[in-house]
Amino acid sequence: MVISGFRLPMAAALLIWMVIWEIAGHTDAGFILPPLSRIVWRVIEIVPTPSFLDALLITGRSFLLGNVIAIGVGVPLGMVMGRSIIADRLLLPWVNLFLSAPLSALVPVIMVLFGLGETTIVLTVVLFSVWIIVLNTRAGVRGISLSLVEMARSFGASRWQAFSRIYLWAALPEILAGIRLGMIRAVKGVVIGQLLVSVVGFGTLFEIYQSHFLMEHFWALLLVLFAFAFTLNEGLARLERSVGYYAASR
Amino acid sequence: MSLSPATAAPLRAIEPAPGATRPIVEVRSVSKTYPGGVEALSGISLDFPEGKLTTLLGPSGCGKTTLLKIIAGLIPHSGGQVLVDGREVTGPGPERAFVFQDFALMPWASVMRNVAFGLELRGVARSQREAVAERHIARVGLKGFEQKFPHELSGGMRQRVGLARALAVDAKVVLMDEPFSAVDEQTRRKFQEELLELVANEGKSFIFVTHSIEEAVYVSDRIALLSRRPSRVSAIIEPKIVRGGDPEKIRRDSAYLDVVEDIWQQLKHYLD
Repeated sequence: MVISGFRLPMAAALLIWMVIWEIAGHTDAGFILPPLSRIVWRVIEIVPTPSFLDALLITGRSFLLGNVIAIGVGVPLGMVMGRSIIADRLLLPWVNLFLSAPLSALVPVIMVLFGLGETTIVLTVVLFSVWIIVLNTRAGVRGISLSLVEMARSFGASRWQAFSRIYLWAALPEILAGIRLGMIRAVKGVVIGQLLVSVVGFGTLFEIYQSHFLMEHFWALLLVLFAFAFTLNEGLARLERSVGYYAASR
Repeated sequence: MSLSPATAAPLRAIEPAPGATRPIVEVRSVSKTYPGGVEALSGISLDFPEGKLTTLLGPSGCGKTTLLKIIAGLIPHSGGQVLVDGREVTGPGPERAFVFQDFALMPWASVMRNVAFGLELRGVARSQREAVAERHIARVGLKGFEQKFPHELSGGMRQRVGLARALAVDAKVVLMDEPFSAVDEQTRRKFQEELLELVANEGKSFIFVTHSIEEAVYVSDRIALLSRRPSRVSAIIEPKIVRGGDPEKIRRDSAYLDVVEDIWQQLKHYLD
């Protein structure tokens, strides 16, 4: 954007909103929305505390494990659905249903089945992220040009070779996009899971901050999570762009 | 003109004199009906002599690519028999290599890996297959482009990669599905000249599909003219053109022009 000859950097918009937040924090709204500067200080204060680090460790562990499971299940499942009409007919309605369903409502069911522990959180992460990975992988595999598949067959590729050297690579741009979207959903999953279980990780902290009305702490925690999700998204988008050169020429 | 499988048989009798090279590929009353009842091929019988280039020529949609892919083992036939080097075809095999109309290169792999891919699938060690690939990359005139990616190459260069990949597996039969139709006219002419040289020097058998009469007459030792769907062999033509010497001369040769005209007269009535 250029205003009267000055080129404003993209971050300028962010700065403006930060200023507005700061000002709003000094008005009466301050009791629910404290000024940004104080929240930033609070972040610096609470991040090194053992309770925060503990929560971070537990959250990170559930998040990673959940994503590994979601990718491990989602990519092969999407591939099968992309290649087999029968599997596709059987599973697609469910995948679409779960993709659009209000999954938070299902977390209590998992809680009943798996208790108030990390297992429930991990499963919530999987539940949030796996469906979009399945759908994207399926779309990627269905988009593979027939002649690439025929090429592999004509040179004697076995099923496994075709899968690992053609399908996986040809569908990689879509798969990576699916994983990125899945991870963003997984951030929601891990937080919602912990909030509902409320005795694990950040869930405990949120519970304490809210019940004691520690708004600065509450926002500090949110800020950390937002920053995490944003960084994750940017990092994965960069990875996606590195295979983008061939996405258009398959 | 319609020939039943039975009357198609005498066509095989007008083959080169006895004692000449034996057919490397034999197609025996092969038919193909697609699910849904579309009959693409109806009892085709055809022999492909060893060490020669035989072209399948016909109006578009006549099933020439279908026949080629049946020979390649990429699609199953509904009836009849295909023999390659005396053995019945049930699927793709190492004695056949395919060159694709749209090149079918892996966009995520370098020229080197693309050319070596057939050998990679066979489990040939990396250093060994790359040595072979390097030789064939040079053979098709792409020396220095080994580490480039397909999107960095022109259409003509991409097809050279496709050709090098087919040559690298050292198959007896090279199947080419309209290989030059996606490259520009100048490149196409260059390719045709190089193909003649390849047929003369490689000692391989080539089966070539095209819809261009001029291209067919220019490159072929033998042309099988296919009729409209359901396809049969309507004629077999052997352009007796003296090759060798100046490749440009052929295009002005009166025998060449006569055969082109003859085929055009035969194909004309398939239009509209």
